[in-house]
Amino acid sequence: MSLDRILTRAAQEIHDGQTVNLGIGLPTMLVNHLPPERDVMIHSENGILGSGAKATHETANPSLIDAGGTYITSRPGAAFFDSAVSFAMIRRSKLDLSVMGAFEVDQEGNLANWKIPGKFSPGIGGAMELAQKTRNILILCTHEDKHGNSKILKKCTLPLTAEKCVTRIITDMAVMDVTPDGLLLREIADGLTIEQVVQATDADLILGEEIGSF
Amino acid sequence: MSKKATIEEAIAQVPNGATVMVGGFGSPGTPFSLLDELLRQGQTGLTLVKNDANEQGLGISRLIEAGQVDKLITTHIGLNKKIVEMMNDGSLQVSFFPQGILAEKIRTAGSGSFGFLTDIGLHSEITKPNDLIEWQGRKVKVESALYADVALIHAHQADLFGNLQYRATAMNFCPLMAMAADVVIAETPNLVTPGTIVPETVHTPSAFVTSVVKVDTSGNEYSLMEGRYEP
Repeated sequence: MSLDRILTRAAQEIHDGQTVNLGIGLPTMLVNHLPPERDVMIHSENGILGSGAKATHETANPSLIDAGGTYITSRPGAAFFDSAVSFAMIRRSKLDLSVMGAFEVDQEGNLANWKIPGKFSPGIGGAMELAQKTRNILILCTHEDKHGNSKILKKCTLPLTAEKCVTRIITDMAVMDVTPDGLLLREIADGLTIEQVVQATDADLILGEEIGSF
Repeated sequence: MSKKATIEEAIAQVPNGATVMVGGFGSPGTPFSLLDELLRQGQTGLTLVKNDANEQGLGISRLIEAGQVDKLITTHIGLNKKIVEMMNDGSLQVSFFPQGILAEKIRTAGSGSFGFLTDIGLHSEITKPNDLIEWQGRKVKVESALYADVALIHAHQADLFGNLQYRATAMNFCPLMAMAADVVIAETPNLVTPGTIVPETVHTPSAFVTSVVKVDTSGNEYSLMEGRYEP
């Protein structure tokens, strides 16, 4: 299952001691892929620092959800706060990492994930502030859209969430880093060849000396 | 000193055409009982300010579906297809702000100021050239404070004077809105005598609050909702 592959690989990006925001959708599913001993503070913009695993019917509290509306638990050392404090934390760059989805991301690190004109415009939510102000932005998405078009582009075409903000991209096919020289191919998924990944990618990929697999 | 009111007299303070802030991020913090009474009394021409549009058939969505609302100021309505449809067919005017900018506009009003300067979204389509000024050598965007006539708030606990306490992620926009509106109506399942809430743990001090209403939260809207667990 390709989403599982993305999540399993992405879990390695979250390190002890970090403060991390998980975006709605695929990123919030990461909490259940983290080993229980991983000592991180998960931030959710609706007002919690220190989310635990998703809640079960037995552990759920109607007043405790993540930004996607799913019931969650809190870990020891958690704090609750209002929305102004929550976004002060974001705009003051107190988060080490934001994990977000994408409609398009390009080789300069530009990100489009909030609007498809004429088709999808549900609002900005917290995406713009997270993308602009978090030190590291990790993008999780499928490599191609459902029509087989690459989401990893030379240049984004949709309205941008933020400019030059993305640091790393993990898809079902590859792990790529945005560098000053361009998009560096770090790893490819087991069972694929470098040529297949290059073929499926609109962006120009720089091939590192060592390309690992995951 | 008691601000205890019946739900009917509390909501009768909302005039037609009012700008009404509504607490809540999704369901937690949404004052479902106050909204039901507003639906029953039928005030129209309202402008609502809420993080989201709740879900179809719930909370502010019911007021919008009933045609009582002209305009919604919000951050994200992706969980409510009906409201997206009403926005697209023009029957509801919707204004979007980045979530933290909406919170800060409300906080700014709540502290008695008129605006603030930010660099969020400067290079995006949400910023028009007229929004920009030069300030201390850099280009910044001016965001104005957002005041309201009324705020409707859900508190986990309130005392008769109007001191409020929120629970977990049901806090969200509630304490900010309670400071930014002229008339503040708080509903709570736990209405207690003054002195019960430890003063250091009061989230919203009573001076901001106009009316407190005791409500029954045993209904479905306040309970755990199916389909909201790990898939």
